Amino acid sequence: MTETQAAAEAVSTARPSLLEARDLHVEFASRGRRARAVDGVNLAIGEGEIVALVGESGCGKTTLARTLLGLERPTSGEVRYDGAALDYGSRALKAYRRQVQLVLQDPTGSLNPRHTVYEAVAEGPRIHGLPDEREVVTEALSRAGLRPPDRFFLRYPHELSGGQRQRVVIAGALALNPKVLVADEPVASLDASVRGEILALLLRLREELGLSALVVTHDLGLAWNIADRVAVMYLGRIVESGPVEQVLTAPRHPYTQALMSVLPESPERVVLTGEPPDPTRIPGGCRFHARCQVLASGKAAEAGVDGKCRSELLDVLPAVPGAQAACHYAEVAG
Amino acid sequence: MSLLELDDLSVTYRIASGEVPAVRGVSLTLDSGAALGVAGESGSGKSTLAMALLRLLPRDARVGGRILLDGEDVITMKWGRMRAVRWAEASIVFQGAQHGLNPVRRIGDQIAEPLLVHGLAKPDAARRRVAELLDQVGLPAWRARSYPHELSGGQRQRVMIAMALGCKPRLIIADEPTTALDVMVQAQVLTLIKELVAEQGISLIMISHDLSVLSDVCDRLAVMYAGRLVEHGPSAEVFHDARHPYSRALAAAFPTVGDPVSRLAPKGLGGDPPDPMRLPGGCSFHPRCPVALDECATLDVELWPAGEHHSAACVHVKEREGAQ
Repeated sequence: MTETQAAAEAVSTARPSLLEARDLHVEFASRGRRARAVDGVNLAIGEGEIVALVGESGCGKTTLARTLLGLERPTSGEVRYDGAALDYGSRALKAYRRQVQLVLQDPTGSLNPRHTVYEAVAEGPRIHGLPDEREVVTEALSRAGLRPPDRFFLRYPHELSGGQRQRVVIAGALALNPKVLVADEPVASLDASVRGEILALLLRLREELGLSALVVTHDLGLAWNIADRVAVMYLGRIVESGPVEQVLTAPRHPYTQALMSVLPESPERVVLTGEPPDPTRIPGGCRFHARCQVLASGKAAEAGVDGKCRSELLDVLPAVPGAQAACHYAEVAG
Repeated sequence: MSLLELDDLSVTYRIASGEVPAVRGVSLTLDSGAALGVAGESGSGKSTLAMALLRLLPRDARVGGRILLDGEDVITMKWGRMRAVRWAEASIVFQGAQHGLNPVRRIGDQIAEPLLVHGLAKPDAARRRVAELLDQVGLPAWRARSYPHELSGGQRQRVMIAMALGCKPRLIIADEPTTALDVMVQAQVLTLIKELVAEQGISLIMISHDLSVLSDVCDRLAVMYAGRLVEHGPSAEVFHDARHPYSRALAAAFPTVGDPVSRLAPKGLGGDPPDPMRLPGGCSFHPRCPVALDECATLDVELWPAGEHHSAACVHVKEREGAQ
């Protein structure tokens, strides 16, 4: 009970932003064209806040996460951490990566099969030359729920279950005592019964250590389970964002509405046809208009915005905590 | 009449260090045109069960019991007959469609292959059938000339389904058909599978660890734990009112968005799946069970009636139903 109350309280008070993307653009060359993978994103993650970044494959969510980690350089715009723009010098980046740690999707792929649990967790502290390595590893394993920690020191990844491996990966991130975790689909490759345990661990780390997290996922149930705020990304832009309770119970953007409607148990399905369009050919007007069910049904025309949907660009959403949607129809329909 | 009947099916893998019982005495029936969901986590035996149905298991697997497909026992079937049954009577759609397709052959040729091998069509007719199949799974006919890498994950999974449909089988076994796909593409593929089952009267066995997906597509659900069936019943009942604590944990793992109970409160199950070579005594689930009694450590409960067409292997069910 206290956990949920504390969480609710934490959401209502505005937090200073710790990690921030400002008007971020990341472009790649793709078969002679420019792919605008991230095409204007403002996003702020507050201290102790868990933000879920939701979208389909190819929407740019992983590129955005990698750019926030300093693994990609933005084409324009900036990443800010703790009030200052990210410095891409190698020494500064190394220091930055102690603060902001990555947890990958597949623990089997991200652990070296020939390294013991101890070596896997000690690697970060060694690179950063932290003192008291054994103590650091012990505490990280114990925080990640592998107890008693010394029983796991000499085990190899293949001797562990999927859930335990993901805990080792998380312990490796925790060993550097970071402020932010960026987790890319942290439970997608785990079994149903283990999934809840790992998500509960992320919530507990926030509670105990005040960790912030950006969780990249296509799973709205996960956002509902652990996130304070959610940002829905489509074709390089955030199209809707806000507190989870608001966005996921009363979504305003037709894309979010469609994503919600295909959850099992949903009364009426809107199955969008086709795959998400290509970031080398972002449509004009609203970038979602070619697949938009509200435009296709004629409701946008009734509201008199269909012309705008097809031809008028939408502003980039600012990084504010309140609920907002980038949609011409939502603007007039309220 | 039932299309498929499993009678006390068991599968044991023999490895260097001993025997691994993967499936332990599963009995099930599937009616013509019905859809059955098999749920469980890795190591529960659900994929081994699926592979056993078409005898696709490795050589070191020993199979016991009976698998009656349309009255014929698959286990004792002659090799030639088995080959005829695969694709033509029952076909399988695997997870991870990228690995099921040959990367250097056009998808049209791959869909046509079983038709030609089974002598069901001459090359010209096979080409027409490929176009028809692509249309059924919602792909344009010109896609027959594409190579797998030119398709997206969802499109490749559609191709796999088209292949499975090719020889007009009566049963399709789908092993985690949507696991690697995005939500929207997953919804498209599930809708397609549901339509095919309903329109063509094909029976379906779908395997997944996601109870919400299974209950969406299937009429009945079977939940497996440590190689055994622990619950079997109508989908909605098993998903919303599970009688076995393990099924309840699986159902709670995927929250309903909007449900205040699961908000900032992910539900999991402590502990790890048991090592099949060292199964706990009594009920195999008791070390992880939130409602275990003392007797569960020694008493191995069989499936017990838990309502109409519903059964569960739990001492709590036995006590409640037995008392009535």
